[in-house]
Amino acid sequence: MKEIFTPNMRLSDMLDMNYSLVQVISRVGVDLKHSGLKVADACAFAGIDPATFILISNVYSFPEYIPSPEEVASADIHDIIRYLHGSHDYYTGMALKNLESSFDRLVEPCDENQKKVILKFFVDYKKELEKHFSREEEEVFPYVESLLSGVRNPGYSITDFEEHHENVDEKMEDMKNIVMKYLPDVCDENMKMWVLLSIYRLRDDLRRHTYVEDNILVPTVKNLERDGR
Amino acid sequence: MEDKKSVILVSPSEIVARGLEVVIGDSGEFRVEEIFHDLSRPVEARLRIVDPDIVIIDPTVFDFKSRKEGRGRLADICDSIVMALDVSGLTDDVLRQYDGSVSIYDSPDEVLRKVRSSMESKQTDSPMSDGGELSSREKEILVCVAKGMLNKEIADKLNLSIYTVITHRKNITRKIGIKTVAGLTVYALLNNLIDMNSVQ
Repeated sequence: MKEIFTPNMRLSDMLDMNYSLVQVISRVGVDLKHSGLKVADACAFAGIDPATFILISNVYSFPEYIPSPEEVASADIHDIIRYLHGSHDYYTGMALKNLESSFDRLVEPCDENQKKVILKFFVDYKKELEKHFSREEEEVFPYVESLLSGVRNPGYSITDFEEHHENVDEKMEDMKNIVMKYLPDVCDENMKMWVLLSIYRLRDDLRRHTYVEDNILVPTVKNLERDGR
Repeated sequence: MEDKKSVILVSPSEIVARGLEVVIGDSGEFRVEEIFHDLSRPVEARLRIVDPDIVIIDPTVFDFKSRKEGRGRLADICDSIVMALDVSGLTDDVLRQYDGSVSIYDSPDEVLRKVRSSMESKQTDSPMSDGGELSSREKEILVCVAKGMLNKEIADKLNLSIYTVITHRKNITRKIGIKTVAGLTVYALLNNLIDMNSVQ
């Protein structure tokens, strides 16, 4: 398949084409002040494989983009994990925190019971998501790292980890619909709009994140488990 | 104004199936798409593709032991209204699983009336009411879900088959756009269908 972004592009041109890539750049450690450089050179500064960076950027920007098996097979797993880890930091350190404080302000005018119910829903969702992340951070990534350094842990396989993404996505959809349609009239329209936009952004970001896990990390690790490397 | 409703008949008896096809087809409201004599894999595949409005099936195509679960197999295949074709005097626990039934001893008018009424009882939940109000039955089920009851418990409490409960739940989700139990609970509370004390 023809690649959409290439290592010979200037990084700033890539960002102009899709400014949400600003987030990807910081997650893999590429410095924004290198945006004037070609992608390959900016990647060299950050010590990330340019092809893997392009792969992530294509997947992140174009939901209909399906990477070829060769692209997936040649992806650098260290860099993929670096991206996933950076995303986790962004979700827990920024996105969810901001969303939570916006939620607090949004439901502020509601009566106590309503407030309690809505915030509980959000907090439960947040906890579930964080649990999911910390499992990856504490079990999956170390497992993959040890695999890369040639150590096999026979009690564990990457297939144990291919699961429950659906549930968090469904809850996110529910949250979106509740904010959109079912909040009491006392809630401020502008606040509602703001929260809704944050939810949509986070939802799309999480879906791309899940895609990278399920379709790039998992198959690459499966190959590694089978063949070693 | 409305298209004819599509029907698929499943009966081991060619004669019975052909007879029913004539009765149903003559009305002009329904069109019998296909007739099958069993529920083999290829037939299941056809059902999935055709996804008819109504399936009328003789439950004897399932062996006696699996007769009660048979309806569930169909629910997994398609979203159709499923009526039992009663040839041999089916027991109540089997009939209860279906969205209605016709007997081979019914007059043609009776057959049509029963099929129509099964259609109508589901019609209130049809996609036409997307985004619309929940029916009182749906509200009742939503309240049970919000209180943390399982499908089986809801079915027992309201004296419905578990498949009917599942269908209602699908319709609730389609109408209000909320799928998870946690989300449904929030909806129920915000709409004053339950109060805080009845949750957890």
